[in-house]
Amino acid sequence: MATGTSAPPTSAVIKPAKRAKSRESGAALWTATPLTYVALIITTLLSIFPIYYMFVLGTRTADQVGAVPPPLTPGTHFIDNLTRLFANDEAQFLRGLGNSLLVSSTITVSVVFFSSLAGFAFAKLRFRGKNALLLIVIGTMMVPTQLGIIPLYMMMASDTLQWTGELQAVIVPALVSGFGVFMMRQYAGQAVPDELIEAARIDGCGTFRMFWSVVLPGLRPAAAVLGLLTFMTSWNDFIWPYTVLFGSDNPTVQTSLATLSNGFYDDLPQIFVGAAVATVPLLIVFVVFGKQIIGGIMNGAVKG
Amino acid sequence: MTLQMDTGASAPGGASPPRPAPAPVRSPKRNLLHRFDAKGAPYLFVSPFFVVFGIFGAFPLMYTAWVSLHDWNLLEETHPFIGLENYAKILTDEQFWNATYNTMGMFVLATIPQLLLALWLAALLNRSLRMRTFFRMSLLIPNITSIAAVAIIFAQLFSTDFGMVNWLLSATGLDNQDWHSNRYLSWIAISTMVNWRWAGYNALIFLAAMQAVPRDLYESAAIDGATRSRQFWSITIPMLKPTLLFCIIVSTIGNLQLFVEPLLFNSGSYSILGGQGREAQTITMYMYENAFGDYNNFGYGSAVAWMLFLIIVVIALVNALVTRRISGEGKR
Repeated sequence: MATGTSAPPTSAVIKPAKRAKSRESGAALWTATPLTYVALIITTLLSIFPIYYMFVLGTRTADQVGAVPPPLTPGTHFIDNLTRLFANDEAQFLRGLGNSLLVSSTITVSVVFFSSLAGFAFAKLRFRGKNALLLIVIGTMMVPTQLGIIPLYMMMASDTLQWTGELQAVIVPALVSGFGVFMMRQYAGQAVPDELIEAARIDGCGTFRMFWSVVLPGLRPAAAVLGLLTFMTSWNDFIWPYTVLFGSDNPTVQTSLATLSNGFYDDLPQIFVGAAVATVPLLIVFVVFGKQIIGGIMNGAVKG
Repeated sequence: MTLQMDTGASAPGGASPPRPAPAPVRSPKRNLLHRFDAKGAPYLFVSPFFVVFGIFGAFPLMYTAWVSLHDWNLLEETHPFIGLENYAKILTDEQFWNATYNTMGMFVLATIPQLLLALWLAALLNRSLRMRTFFRMSLLIPNITSIAAVAIIFAQLFSTDFGMVNWLLSATGLDNQDWHSNRYLSWIAISTMVNWRWAGYNALIFLAAMQAVPRDLYESAAIDGATRSRQFWSITIPMLKPTLLFCIIVSTIGNLQLFVEPLLFNSGSYSILGGQGREAQTITMYMYENAFGDYNNFGYGSAVAWMLFLIIVVIALVNALVTRRISGEGKR
């Protein structure tokens, strides 16, 4: 269900790092003028300001949030606001954070594993109907699956499953990703030499054994990028968790935020501190792995 | 652009796929196992994707069509077949057309500026820059932040009484604007949010495509005396065609399904209505309101979902055709 606006690009070719580098170094055709820097710095400020402002308002009192002119610097009420947030029985924010961590990690591990497995099969194994199946995988990336949430809800609410309000309702539909399969297939095609596979086969390796000990280690760079993108996408997934978990005892951090935003508009600082805290894990991931994420997105865009 | 596939039997990279190596002499039982492994393993490996997507992705979407032909209420025991009645009702449903109007308006306001902005940013980044990684990261930051958090903070920035935007407007001598209950202003505010979130992301994709354009094209154009802007329009844009097409289709599909941004832009009980007078309610929100709001009307909600599905397919196709034609003309 991790589609919609937050879906990563539907095309991806992660290239082996060496080639991508040489392409980049040859690219500087034009020099930057001072005006270029001015434009980029203004864009940077506009990009960062709303996030900064979220943290500012999360450290202020309700009166200060409603003041004109609006406050521009951090205040001293961060701990107060945070305490109220964590004590809020209705939003269950801490629980939402824990749940989101669990949901996103599970989905990430699963998507990376199954995408590598299927991507390897599509890139390196021969079987009937391969091209037709791959076409279907690509087609699924264009399908607006969030339009199917009504029957999906009916399935989850059925007597056999009874998953409404349970985390597995959010986890299970997201265990695989067409984008992931396609991305790993493109990478495996370039990064895993045929000789390696042949050698493993001559050694009597079963196909899964070959995948696990020969192919998977070679897929690591692409798997890392896919993992990062998947984690962020499922952390941000909204409409389906909102449908099946909203109002239950099992919120994700996004549904907790929706509860806050819907019901606590007389305590704005609490909402903002919640929004800030919900963003922190993503910011940490981004600061640590930003370069890889950008590389993944950029390499995903072009077929060499 | 990568939606290109290898056809026939050739494997990626032009190399031929590995043939099963001649098996060493084995016992009959191992041999059978080996044969099953060679034949069955590929299917086993790709099956998890197809099984899970089939059950939780494709089936629900198809089943939506079936549900839409019924008077289907979550709380009722029976749900009689009523044919196209739900669709007939939609055609005269003012609230549906209101939602369609809003969806289209915000789709245009969120897609066109977003892609133009992204092109411009990519052109800026496609130079020999200092702090290259820094600028790229800061352009991508809006995209990695939590979407609900973004909606909440933008609702505040565009707040009527104490929002930053109105404060800046008043500083330039303009009146306070009501960004929440004026239809077109709320479209602008919500589209701004979408543009802010996605322009940098698309810029990185365009940048990658720009860097893949062979240098000698520009060099020979420069020798022929083509100006920089001429080079941009006659070389860069045509070479970017597949990427442009891809980004247009993806943002079309995404922006026609807007949900979180308008939902959380208005708080309280008007949230799912997109404001007190349904100023910013999108079709996805209207589907949700019917199915999961007060009505539990799954049949009608499903019909709304399929209407949106049709709209998405039609607009995506039109976009693809128009883009192909326009950038086709620019080609030498």
